[in-house]
Amino acid sequence: MIFFRTLFLSLFLSFGHVLSLQAQEYQSFESFDALKAYAFKNNDTTYIVNFWATWCGPCVKELPYFESVYRSYASEKVKLILVSLDFLNKIESHFIPFLNEHHFSGEVWLLRDRRFNKWIDEVDPSWSGAIPVTLLIKGGLRKFQEGEFSSEEDLSIFVQDFISQSK
Amino acid sequence: MNILIFILAHLVLTVTHQGYQPGDVATDFSLKSTDGKMVSMKDFPDAKGFIIVFTCNHCPFAIKYEDRINDLAKRYKPQGYELIAINPNDPEVQPADSFEAMQVRAKEKSFAFPYLFDEGQQIFPQYGATKTPHIFLLDKERVVRYIGAIDDNVEDATMVQEKYLENAIAALSQGSLPEPSVTKAIGCSIKVKK
Repeated sequence: MIFFRTLFLSLFLSFGHVLSLQAQEYQSFESFDALKAYAFKNNDTTYIVNFWATWCGPCVKELPYFESVYRSYASEKVKLILVSLDFLNKIESHFIPFLNEHHFSGEVWLLRDRRFNKWIDEVDPSWSGAIPVTLLIKGGLRKFQEGEFSSEEDLSIFVQDFISQSK
Repeated sequence: MNILIFILAHLVLTVTHQGYQPGDVATDFSLKSTDGKMVSMKDFPDAKGFIIVFTCNHCPFAIKYEDRINDLAKRYKPQGYELIAINPNDPEVQPADSFEAMQVRAKEKSFAFPYLFDEGQQIFPQYGATKTPHIFLLDKERVVRYIGAIDDNVEDATMVQEKYLENAIAALSQGSLPEPSVTKAIGCSIKVKK
């Protein structure tokens, strides 16, 4: 009986261990051009694209808002893409542990292109160069915001307005 | 209605374009340095130009550029270009950027340049700085000649392909205008009093 209990306990513990080690997958892009070539192909899908990094306090604070708003559109053609600009020497030590801790339901992309001045205008010409920024895309329509959202409701209204305009 | 939208759009544009453009004359300042002295550009009457760096303690981009900023200060001082760093952040919003914390950092890193505190946040809005680090290169008449980033690789100085600031100083030294004269400074947003 003790044997079975121990077996059960050890199975349970090892199962828990596997769960906690389960890694969140992420896509890595060497260049902004590579990301562009891959991204945003379905014209009838609304893409919510957020640029963030684990070292950016306001970014980390608003990530749960994105997850929650994204879940509220689960039955619609909406995709959440979290584009990380994390430092390349902090991927193993900060970025991956952060992902495994949070398990985002949106897709996580890591953009490794550091020549910001070559590509940030393509995201939006008004992007000053700080994060977070958020870009909504559907077909040829775009909506951009620099700076964090003050609340989940704030983000929800931002997305809702865009979706109703683009219908 | 259309006119209203036009006026609103115009207002937004005007607001976002506040601050200096190349060709504008930059204001001097008198700000407290980490050594307790007040520092102004007029303290350097023989300077050929000024490298004004809005930077801070806490921002990971500012930290990545710290050693490069220190090197630039040492390298360009003998050539007549004074590098002056200004912390524009409100310490109530970001305690790591307090004057006391600046003093600690300046000592730890042996800063070869004055590190000033924009107390009351009066100077950075006039320049139009929005990030740390954010560079304004001025000639000896305090005319703004270059605004933006130091170079094109925040993470790895050895991987830099374009040294925007150094190229701009070289152009200025040869009596020509920097090209590009504006790049986007990449970094942390300046923390404004709430």
